[in-house]
Parts: sequence; structure tokens; C-alpha cells
Amino acid sequence: MAKTADVIIIGSGIIGCATAYYLAKKGRTVIVLDQNDTVGNGGSARNGGGVRQSGRDKRELPLMMFGIKYLWQNLSEELGTDVEYMQKGNLRLGKTEEHLRILSRLAENARACGLDVSMVSGAEAREICPYLSDEVIGASWCPTDGHANPLTTTLGYYKNARRLGVQFYTGESVTALRKYQGKIRYVVTQNQVFEAQQVLVAAGYESREILKSVGIDIPMSKLLLETLVTEAQPPMFYQMLGTATADFYGHQSKHGSFVFGGSSGLEAVRRDFASDASTNLTASYISRAIIRYFPVLSDVKIVRTWAGWIDECVDGVPVLSDTPEVPGLVIACGFTGHGFGIGPAAGYVLAQLLAEETPSVDLSAFRYDRFRAKF
Amino acid sequence: MKEHENLRVKPIQWHSEPDDDLIICRCEEITKGEIRKAVCDGMVTIKEIRRYLRTGMGLCQGQTCGKLVKGIVAKELGVKPDDLEPATGRAPVRPVEMQVLGKESEE
Repeated sequence: MAKTADVIIIGSGIIGCATAYYLAKKGRTVIVLDQNDTVGNGGSARNGGGVRQSGRDKRELPLMMFGIKYLWQNLSEELGTDVEYMQKGNLRLGKTEEHLRILSRLAENARACGLDVSMVSGAEAREICPYLSDEVIGASWCPTDGHANPLTTTLGYYKNARRLGVQFYTGESVTALRKYQGKIRYVVTQNQVFEAQQVLVAAGYESREILKSVGIDIPMSKLLLETLVTEAQPPMFYQMLGTATADFYGHQSKHGSFVFGGSSGLEAVRRDFASDASTNLTASYISRAIIRYFPVLSDVKIVRTWAGWIDECVDGVPVLSDTPEVPGLVIACGFTGHGFGIGPAAGYVLAQLLAEETPSVDLSAFRYDRFRAKF
Repeated sequence: MKEHENLRVKPIQWHSEPDDDLIICRCEEITKGEIRKAVCDGMVTIKEIRRYLRTGMGLCQGQTCGKLVKGIVAKELGVKPDDLEPATGRAPVRPVEMQVLGKESEE
């Protein structure tokens, strides 16, 4: 197997796999390395599947809107894999006046970026989704949002990248990056040394340890979010759902099961930052939160719960950036728990950046050197 | 996992077998042929097979088909079933109603 390629990508999540796929389509040779034995075993296999624009930071919106307009629509066809993309809109629910204020502000920001998001009353929200409880007094509504299956999307990109000749090495843990004559050149793993003119680090929180070897640090923390899935139900509603205070989020999948994610609020003070085991608090909490918005789901059975790390960037948006101090190095991390929906667009523009083309979306809000002390 | 690394770069040629229509995962109705095809498409760990096809993701959580799936994947890869790591067991093991799970304490 070759140890050299045009581009080496560290991390086989949706960002790594999508970038590898779009680069291979441009005729570049690519090697993907992942420390895990399974492709895409981090957040890409563990998230709630949202493909949403509403509720996003306005720095992220242009990239996300690009993805929805040009990539998600035909992704199943392009990858020959059912990614279960459904564009049935997104309700972000509010139960108090304070919730509605949060939602209105987000909706205003989104409209300023040209996104169609409106505020609807509780009654209007129940017209869109009749199963909502009477506690809901209003919501924001974005008709172009939706959801997809993160598992088949990530593995669909992997399958096609591999078909185009991308070489995947799993169980290959990167220990350091090395420069040669001032430019990036070598990727050292526990077993061997790989060589390329360009390297993309897209390894979630672990990017931090890898980037340390070339003197770069991205300020992010590691948080464990949890998700659960129910038994299959008859088709009820296909909107993506969220709440003003992010108590939970989720949707009914094409398969019929409901996928809901959430956080208990105790994540930052977790005792154990090594294990990704679920806690005994969060799934119960998510269940209670869901029942208050959807009493009809009280007797639906939960079949599985799991957890996954997010790489929470200090200012809430990712780093998507080349690094003039290490020519040839590109960084993509810090997606802060909303990297799945934006993944195809991120992979698309990262491939452009690595192919030295002008990215379709301006990436200047995502520079790696934007972080400053308070004064 | 050396063998699997090689398999990720060296495609296995698809050939049909007479019992490809046999249902292996009964909860999700996944056939032997679909599992074998997924291996050809590059899914070489049980986690990848499970996420790609939904084998073992239904009501029984793989308690019925887990061993069978493992055997088919191992044979296709030319490794021993024990060389493959099983899928992770997940709480609550048996399906539990949301209102029951949500009541882990009385307020």
C-alpha cells in the first residue's frame, strides 16, 4: 500500500470522508488515517441527524445554505446510498415568553442572511405538527431545513471515496506532524510514516493533540452529548424539531424510529473524560423533556441509547482554514456538535481549498488564528 | 486488524450465492446477500455493517442475529469470527417505554 499521496486526511468522519471523496473526484490521490478501527466512529456516527440552517450562528449560515441548495438535494443519487434526506422543515419550539425572545432573535439573524425563517404561533405550530402539546406557545419555522441519516451519509462518502481509489488506514493513530523545509511533509503514526504535500487535520477534539506537534492550538473543549432511538412508529411527522433552550432535538427517521438527542446540563463537569459511556441521567432527562412537548410519545419504547464527544470551539463555530505558518496544512475541527448537516458543504469547500481553487463560500470567519484574549 | 486494512484498499469481487435471499436480521429484514454486498462495498467491521444496513438495530438489538452476521462477514473477509469485535451493547437492553425511563426519580 502506498505511503505517499497528494493529500493525507487525518480523521474519517463525515468531514474527512466527504473531503476525500470530492478530492478524488478532482483526480487527487488521497490517504485517510483514523485511530479507530471503524470508519467514522466519532460524532459522525452518534449525532441526531439534523440538516438545519435555523438556529445556526450567522457566520456558519452561508456555508450551510450552500450545502442545502447544492449538495443535500442529490446526495443519495450521487453516493448511490440512501442518506434518507428529508426536507420537511424545522420547528424550534418555545414554551415561555423568554423562549420566544431567543427564537425571534435567531430568526432575525437568519433573515438578515437571506434565509426564510418566520415566527409562528402555538396554534400555527400545531397545524404543522398536530402532536405538539398545548404547552408550546410559539415556534420558529424554517421550511427548507430537514434531517438525514448520519450513518449512511458518512459511510456513503467512505464507500465512494474508496471506489475512487482513496486509501483508508484505520487503527492508525497519528502521533505527530513533521515539516520539511518549512512546509508540511510527514504524518507520523504509531506504526509508520506517511508523506504528502498537503495534510488536512479533521480529527475532532483529537485534532488538538495532533496540531500541537506543529505549534498550533485550537481552543476547544470536549463534551459528551447523548442520543436515544425508539422502536419504529407509523409515519407521524417528519419535521426536524428543536427547542429554544436545546432541551432536546430530534426527528422521526424514514425507518419510523424517532431519534432524539440532548444534554442534561452536567456535561462540562463530567468526572470521566476518557470514557464515552452514556450516563444514567441523560436518557431519562431527554425522555421527560420529550414527553412535555409530545405527550403522544409517552408509551413509545426506547430501544437504544448512546453517547458521543463533540469538539466545542470556544466561540461556537468551527475552524476551516489553511495555515500560512505551516504551508500545506489545512485544519477542520471545532464543529461544536453541529458538524453533520454542514459536513457535505465543509468537505466540498475543503477539497477546493486543498486543490488550490477559490472556495465557493468565503471561509474568512473560520480562520484558525481568530482567537484572542479578552484584551 | 491488519487483514481489514488491506481489505479497505483491495476490493472484493461480488459474486452471488444461492442463499443470498435468506433473511438474517429478522427485526430489520436484512438478507445474507445484503450483508455480503456491504462487505464488498468496504464495510469491514461489525459496527460499519450495522450502521450501513441496520442489522442488529431493531427490537432485539442483535441478540438473535449477532452471531450469524459475524459469521457471514468473517467468511467474506477470510478471517475468524473471533477476530471481529462485536457491536457495542447499549442500554436499556430491553425496550423500555419513554415514561418509564423518564421516571428515574420521584420529585
